[in-house]
Amino acid sequence: MLSDQDRIFTNLYGQHDFRLAGARARGDWDGTAAIIARGREAIIDEMKASGLRGRGGAGFPTGMKWSFMPKVSDGRPAYLVINADESEPGTCKDRDIMRHDPHKLIEGSLIAAFAMGAHAAYIYIRGEYYNEAVNLQLAIDEAYDAGLVGVNAAGSGWDFEIYLHRGAGAYICGEETALLESLEGKKGMPRMKPPFPAAVGLYGCPTTVNNVETIAVAPAILRRGASWFSALGRPKNSGTKVFCISGHVNKPCNVEEELGIPLRELIDTYAGGVRGGWDNLLAIIPGGSSVPLLPKSICDTVLMDFDSLRDVKSGLGTAAVIVMDKSTDVIRAIARLSQFYKHESCGQCTPCREGTGWMMRVMQRMVQGRAEMDEIDTLEQVSKQIEGHTICALGDAAAWPVQGLIRHFRPEMEARIAEYRRSRGSPQPALAVNDALRMAAE
Amino acid sequence: MVDNIANGSAGKDFVQPTHFAFDDESNSEIEKVLAKYPPGKQASGSLPLLFIAQGQMRRQTGSAWIPRVAMDAVAHRLGMPPIRIYEVATFYLMFNTTPVGRYHLQLCTTTPCWLRGSDDVVAACRKFTGIEGWHETSADGLFTMTEVECLGACVNAPILQVNDDFYEDMDAARTEELLAALKRGEVPKPGSMIGRMTSAPEGGPTTLTTLNFLPAE
Repeated sequence: MLSDQDRIFTNLYGQHDFRLAGARARGDWDGTAAIIARGREAIIDEMKASGLRGRGGAGFPTGMKWSFMPKVSDGRPAYLVINADESEPGTCKDRDIMRHDPHKLIEGSLIAAFAMGAHAAYIYIRGEYYNEAVNLQLAIDEAYDAGLVGVNAAGSGWDFEIYLHRGAGAYICGEETALLESLEGKKGMPRMKPPFPAAVGLYGCPTTVNNVETIAVAPAILRRGASWFSALGRPKNSGTKVFCISGHVNKPCNVEEELGIPLRELIDTYAGGVRGGWDNLLAIIPGGSSVPLLPKSICDTVLMDFDSLRDVKSGLGTAAVIVMDKSTDVIRAIARLSQFYKHESCGQCTPCREGTGWMMRVMQRMVQGRAEMDEIDTLEQVSKQIEGHTICALGDAAAWPVQGLIRHFRPEMEARIAEYRRSRGSPQPALAVNDALRMAAE
Repeated sequence: MVDNIANGSAGKDFVQPTHFAFDDESNSEIEKVLAKYPPGKQASGSLPLLFIAQGQMRRQTGSAWIPRVAMDAVAHRLGMPPIRIYEVATFYLMFNTTPVGRYHLQLCTTTPCWLRGSDDVVAACRKFTGIEGWHETSADGLFTMTEVECLGACVNAPILQVNDDFYEDMDAARTEELLAALKRGEVPKPGSMIGRMTSAPEGGPTTLTTLNFLPAE
């Protein structure tokens, strides 16, 4: 079990003062100028050595991402953009960081911006986080008043402006290029890559987009050393992570733990166990709605880190653990996610725009069992026609939960279809030919 | 994305105002907002200005929505063609393009909330308000019900967002109490409705219990 001394987010639950005085008492803004005095290369090398992988879902190595920014400006300014559009179902970690530990994010922004040659940062916070935005803006204002940001930020000699920008209710804006479009005042429709944001990002300038948690852990890593961070967790999956444990557990909560903690230990130790006991477990979505669910047999032993979860064909994602006990209609649980992706598709790419709606409609019939057996295969095939055929990963994210359901719960889907046929007869409306076609077209 | 105009019966009988002008409070907010963006990039102000317009409508009419003339005012202020603002206003769910009640009930029904009983919260809202569909407003004009997707507070599910505030750890009885209080004109303190400390487990934190912080010098 991780000791409190190794926890980074020491005000995770807001039990202490979130403002500057409280943050300073917890060690924030301590020696920030000295960290910056080490220079760009040294900071990036330390981040690389720490093994930190992005905490927004994809798990890309942070130090390497920072190093992609131009070393010498061609005259265009560089930007740091912080993705605080936390919308992945199950995920509510950045919320706690912003409302309870905002100075960790602001200090991290200054250091990260310096390391990538940026004099300005925008924090794009989801619009629904209204009260969180209020806290964060208060903290930004305090930081300006105390000279920690602005001209010669924190006495470092580096000028740094930081701005808060609110989104307005669109999951897709968590995709980095959609976020940039939205920040430029447009609809949140993802851009083709390349060019990547590090070359052409916000306002056509070099930009790096990082998740809130990624940026907020940077000061702790640089103060305590890469070796401290990399000693936590597992090889290539180093450090601590805020886990969000929701669904059918006795005590849902957020908690910071080491990567690589066994899933069962995480739930039993911190979330009061599965409702009705571990044997009452049906399945878990281990990393936010986009990753395939895992049946109990895998949950028994799997470790919570990027590579362990990839090995069981799921993913760590945002480390949002959604627990479902045996009372759950697992087909309906996934059908609701299909509805989510249908609602959130931006409509730009045909496979996603049409495919998410099609999958939702078929999934809703699967919930009733009003389907033909071979439609399960059709559903899987269509999901693979969406996956990998769109500009951004929303198509993939819509396909994976359905694929996971079919992979692990096909017998339940078949039983539902058989039960419908047994009790209600043919799923096809037995009227005119046009009506028969209607089900396929639904 | 959702186009409120095409959805449900919200504001079936509403009238688009013929005039909208930013008031002093809005104008001072706009000035602050536009200072955040580089010269020539004032289009970045489209989302913030739409929020400001919606906020002004709430102040002035009790209904937080954005009439067409307010979109035009935003476009004019930013020097953009109105269509650019219309497409933004209809793309993002939080902009109401039709009137809403004084209390906008935004019900999360995505899987993490559903697993914790969001169906009960929805049913309680329907029973209390008499609203049958989505994007509909109660007869007394107090409540509008909107189904929303994940609000990002899943360890406190189910969530009922009222205007800008999250009410967490809801169930049917607590929903009914909350709505009754709102109807009386009281606005209960947002957050966990079972007295939990934010996202800590029920009963209090089991981590971060061994740390003491001295005030900074």
